[in-house]
Amino acid sequence: MSTAPSIEHETGHGHHAEPYQGGVMRWLTTTNHKDIGTMYLTFALIMFFIGGAMILAVRAELFQPGLQLMQPEFFNQLIGVHALVMIFAALMPAATGFANWQIPLMIGAPDMALPRINNWGFWLLPPAAALLTLPFILALFGIGDGAVNTGWTLYAPLSVQGGMGVDFAIFSIHILGVSSILGSINIIVTIFNLRAPGMTMMKLPLFAWGWLITAFLLIATIPVLAGAVTMLLTDRHFGTSFFNAAGGGDPILFQHLFWFFGHPEVYILLLPIWGLIPHVLGTFSRKPIYGYKAQVYSFIAIGVLSVVVWAHHFFTAGMPVPALLYFMYSTMFISLPLAVLFFCWVATMWRGAMTFETPMLFAQGFIVLFGLAGLTGLVLADVAADAQYHHSYFVVAHFHYALFAGGIMGVMTGVYYWLPKWTGHMFSETLGKWHFWLTVISFNLTFMPQFFLGLAGMPRRIPDYALQFAEFNAISTVGAFILGFSQLIFAYNIWKCVKGGTKATDKVWEGADGLEWDLSSPPPHHSWEIQPVIK
Amino acid sequence: MKILYRFCLRAGISLSGLLLAVLPSLAHADYSWNFPTPVTPIARDTLEIHNHFMIVITILFVVVFGIMIYSMVKHRKSVGHQPARFTGPTGTVQWIWALVPFAILLFIDYVLMGIPAYHAVLDMEDTRTKADMVLKVTGMQWKWQYEYPDSGIKYLSTTSTPREQIANKEAKGEHYLLEVDNPVVLPVGKKVRILLTSTDVIHTWWVPQFGVKRDAIPGFLRETWVKIEQPGTYRGQCAELCGKDHGFMPVVVHAVPEPEYLAWVDEKKSKLAAAAAGSDKTWSKEDLLAAGKDVYEKQCAVCHQSEGQGLAPAFPALAGSKIVTGPLLSPEGKLLKDSHVDRVLNGKEGTAMQAFKNTLSDTDLAAVITYERNSFGNKKGDLIQPAQIKSLR
Repeated sequence: MSTAPSIEHETGHGHHAEPYQGGVMRWLTTTNHKDIGTMYLTFALIMFFIGGAMILAVRAELFQPGLQLMQPEFFNQLIGVHALVMIFAALMPAATGFANWQIPLMIGAPDMALPRINNWGFWLLPPAAALLTLPFILALFGIGDGAVNTGWTLYAPLSVQGGMGVDFAIFSIHILGVSSILGSINIIVTIFNLRAPGMTMMKLPLFAWGWLITAFLLIATIPVLAGAVTMLLTDRHFGTSFFNAAGGGDPILFQHLFWFFGHPEVYILLLPIWGLIPHVLGTFSRKPIYGYKAQVYSFIAIGVLSVVVWAHHFFTAGMPVPALLYFMYSTMFISLPLAVLFFCWVATMWRGAMTFETPMLFAQGFIVLFGLAGLTGLVLADVAADAQYHHSYFVVAHFHYALFAGGIMGVMTGVYYWLPKWTGHMFSETLGKWHFWLTVISFNLTFMPQFFLGLAGMPRRIPDYALQFAEFNAISTVGAFILGFSQLIFAYNIWKCVKGGTKATDKVWEGADGLEWDLSSPPPHHSWEIQPVIK
Repeated sequence: MKILYRFCLRAGISLSGLLLAVLPSLAHADYSWNFPTPVTPIARDTLEIHNHFMIVITILFVVVFGIMIYSMVKHRKSVGHQPARFTGPTGTVQWIWALVPFAILLFIDYVLMGIPAYHAVLDMEDTRTKADMVLKVTGMQWKWQYEYPDSGIKYLSTTSTPREQIANKEAKGEHYLLEVDNPVVLPVGKKVRILLTSTDVIHTWWVPQFGVKRDAIPGFLRETWVKIEQPGTYRGQCAELCGKDHGFMPVVVHAVPEPEYLAWVDEKKSKLAAAAAGSDKTWSKEDLLAAGKDVYEKQCAVCHQSEGQGLAPAFPALAGSKIVTGPLLSPEGKLLKDSHVDRVLNGKEGTAMQAFKNTLSDTDLAAVITYERNSFGNKKGDLIQPAQIKSLR
C-alpha cells in the first residue's frame, strides 16, 4: 500500500477545532471519533474487570468440592452475567472502540461518517450494562430474585420460568443490539464513502475489511436475537406459546433462533481481531502482509459460512440424521478459510526480520492459543465425539481459548500496538512483557485442566462437583486468580502511558506501514483534514 | 525492572524444565486425562474417534507451530536476518507448496475424520433395529423418573447425597453427588432403546461411560440407545442447566446379568403393588405423618427447605402459608382451585412446582399433604386419606 504525502498538521486551527467544552458535557456531547473510541475502550476495560470479578467468585466457589461461598441460585446468576458482560460489554465495545479510533485514521477520513449516531451508539451502552447488573443490587434490598440465572444462552423454558432478572436481561439485550446496529451502520457507511481517493476496496486495510464483515454479520443476526428474546418476553408475560409445547410451540425453536445469532457472534467478535493481527505481524517482521487477497476472501467466506452452521451448538438436542450430517460437514468446512488465515499469518512472519515488542508477543501468543481453539473446534464438529464433549468443561475450555486467547488477547495486541499512536507516549515495554507472560502462563493454567475435566465427564454450569474432579478444579482456580490479577498490570500500564512517558514518534514502530502512521502521535483533532491520495 | 524481568524469564525457563522433569510424579491416579472406560459400542467408537482426532490435531499443532517457532528463531532482526518482500506465492512450485496444506486439510476433514464420523452417527441414531427393550426417562426439577413400559414399573430417582455433606458439615462420601436412592437397573448385553422427555425445563441425560448424551425436552420425545457390555455401576449426571439444583441430579445405572435383572423386575413389581394396595386402607394420623416426613424430605425440602421456611423469593415458605393453612376440600369433598391439595396434585404452571400426581403414589400424596398441614407450626389438625386422593385424581 502506498503512503500519503506528508502533510503539516495543525492541532489548533479553524472553527472545527474550537476548544472542548469542559468536564462531563464534553464526553456526553462529543461527536469526535477519537473521543468516542476512547469512551468505548474505557467502558470495555471497566466491564472486563467487572465480568472478571464475577468469574473469580465462581472459580473461588469451585476451588474445592462442596458449597462454601454461595448458593446455587447465585452461582447460576454469576456465570450467565459473566458471559453477557464479557461478550456484549467488554469484547464488542473494545472492538468498536478500535474501529472508531482506527478506521478513519487508516482509510484517510476526517471522522466517522455519522458522528451523532456514533455518540448515541456509545451512550446506549452504560444503561444497558446497568440493566444487566441492576437486579444484583435490587436483590440486596429484597427486590426480586437477582440477575438472570439461565446462563447467557437464555434457553427456554428455563428462561420462561426465571425471575425478573430475565426481563432485565431481555431489555438489556435490546438496547445493546440497537447500539451494535448503529455502530455497524456507521462503520459500513464510513468505509464505503470516506475512503481516501485511490483507496479501492482491494487496497482497504485488513482491519477495516474484518470490521466490514463483522458489521454486516451484526446487521444480519442481531434482529434475529432481538426477535427471539421478544418472543421469550411475550411467552413470559403475555400468554403466547412460542416455546411451550403445551400451546403448540417448541422449546428447540429458541435454540435455533439463538444460535442463528450466536454462531455468527463468535466471528463478529473475532473478525476485527483477525483483521488487526496481520498488521502487527507485518510491522514487527518488517515485511508486507502475505496473501492480502486470500485473507479478504477468507473473511468473506467465513462470514457467509457462519450463518449456515448454527445447529452444531445443540447436536444433543436430537435432530434428523441428514441435519446432523449437514451441520457437521458444513462446520468442518470453516476450517478451510481459517487455515488460509493461519497460513498467511505464519507466511507473513516467514523470512522477515522479527523483533518481539509487546504487541508482537501478544499477536504470536494469540496465534498459538487461538490455534488450539480452532483445532478443538474441529473435533467438536464431529457429531459422535460431540456427544461426549457437549455441555462439558471441554466446551468451556474450547470457547475460552477462542474468546479469551482469540478475543481478549487480540484486543490487548491492538491496544499495545496503537496506544502510542493514541496517547503520543510509549508504554512500559517491561510491564507489557510481564503482563504477556503472566497472562499466557496463567491462562493455560486455568483452561488447560478444563479440557481434561470435560473429558473425564464434568458438566459445565454446576456449582459443586464429584470428588474425582477436585485436583484439576483447584489448579484451574489458582490459574484464574493469577490471570485476573495480572490484568491490573495492563490497566496500570495504560494509565501510565496516558499520563506521560517517552514521546512516541509518528511512525512509532520501525516497520509500521499504513496511513495512520503518517499522522502525528497523537493525531490531530480532525484526523485527515486533507485526504491523502493513494497511488 | 528490566533486569528483574530478564531474570524472571530465565528463572521461568529453568523452572518449567524442572516441572517437566517432576511431572510424571504429579500424575498420580486422581488425574484423569481421557474419557472414562467405555462400556457400550457407541462409547468405544467415540473414544476411538476422539483418540484419532487428538493425534491428528496434535500433529497439525506441532507442524504449524514448529514452522512458526523455527521462523521466530531464524528470522529475527537480532541475528541480522534481512526481511524478504514477497506477498504471495510466485511460480508454479510455490503455488503447489501453498495449496498442499489445504488439500491435506480437506483430506483430514472429509476422509480421515469425516468417514468414521459418518458411520458413528448412523450407528448412534439407529435406536430401533433389534431393540430388546424400552426405558423411558423423564427429567424433572431435579430428579429423574424411570419407566419400564414392558413391565409397568415406574419410579423416581433422586440424589442421596446428604445436604450436610454438600454444606461441608460432614465428610464427603466416595460417590459424593453421584449417588441416588433408586438407580436404574438394566440387563447387560441387551439393546435398550431409551426415550427421553421432561415435565418442566430441558434436562440432559448423560452417562460418560455409555458415550450417550441426549436432551430431555418438555413436550417432545427424544431417543437414544445403549447396549451395556459389562456388569457394573455407572454414574453420570444432568448436563443441561436446569435451575437451582442442576448440579444435584445424578444418574446411576446398575448393569446386571439378565437373570438378575428379571429377578429385580419381579421384586420391584411386587413392591410397587404393595405400595398401591396401601391406598385402599384407612391410615392413622401418626402413620401418615411419619410417612409424610420421609416424602417431604425427599421431594419437597429441596425448595421449601427442611423446616418449611422456603427460599425467598422463588420458593415460598410452607410454614404459615395461606395455601397450606387454607381449607382442605370443599364441603362436598371436591377439589378447591388453588387449594393446598390442588397445588400438590397439579402443580403451578411456569414454576418449579410440578404436578406431583404424575410421580407420587396416592399414599405418598396423602401423607405429605397431611404432614405439611401439621408441621412447621401449621396446626390444622386435619388429614386426608389415600383413598380420597385416588378419587380426586
